[in-house]
Amino acid sequence: MIINHPLLGPRDAQEFTYLGDASLIHRPDWQGEDASGQFHDYLYLRDNLAGQHRELWFHEVGDRSWLVVTRNTLTHEITNVELARDVARREGRGK
Amino acid sequence: MLKLKSITPLGADEARVDRFTGLTITEVTERALVSLTARNDQADAIRDKARGLLGIDLPDIGDSAMGNIRSVFWIGPESWMIDMPYSGNEYLARQVKQAMGDSASVVEQTDGWCRFDLEGATMNSVLERLCNADSANLAERAVTRTQIHHLGCFLWRQKDGFAVFGPRSSAASLHHALLQAAQSVC
Repeated sequence: MIINHPLLGPRDAQEFTYLGDASLIHRPDWQGEDASGQFHDYLYLRDNLAGQHRELWFHEVGDRSWLVVTRNTLTHEITNVELARDVARREGRGK
Repeated sequence: MLKLKSITPLGADEARVDRFTGLTITEVTERALVSLTARNDQADAIRDKARGLLGIDLPDIGDSAMGNIRSVFWIGPESWMIDMPYSGNEYLARQVKQAMGDSASVVEQTDGWCRFDLEGATMNSVLERLCNADSANLAERAVTRTQIHHLGCFLWRQKDGFAVFGPRSSAASLHHALLQAAQSVC
């Protein structure tokens, strides 16, 4: 499988490690009143999609960047790759 | 007084040189390395500060800036490695941090890495057996990180050859891999 890195171009998937669902970017506020319930859902509840899936990959043997890869779990076709930093900022997670 | 003596990443007194027909593998020591990473939205600020401190422009993605003494190569998004002779730059990390202030994270990398320089007609044949990187098509000054012998290594195209940086604690493994590939080619 080839991941088209937004900065470096096509790279072999063996250079990357997989973390999981890109919704992990949305870590709950640990000081919130319902933090316990929020973290339960954050840690344990996952959508197990058959189809387009946004997921976090780490370019471990490369430039060490985190990526959000949109991959079809049925065909493994990758339709979009972005730097996780850009996605997080766009979704209001950047400090 | 303690009698301390420095040793090379391969554990010897002198840097090792291995010569093959069409390839020379030279262990390079005596280099000071410091990584420099811009903090949030500070990339432009550290470019200016680096120009003032080092006299060179921080290179773009996958590129390096090579001076006679100082070099800088790109290692990641808004992140660079500064490479200078160790002698006279023992406190390089401190100097860089003072110049950058809160706009960058600076990490001492000297002794975190070992370096082997490859030169000769067969260097691309050796590297294509060892890693994914398309070494034959890397332009001069280009740098990429790639996997060699299960180790994350920087591969840096120099004027006459390649510099391979690998984790120092695995220097012997990396050296072994380079020798094995060289023996199969040369």
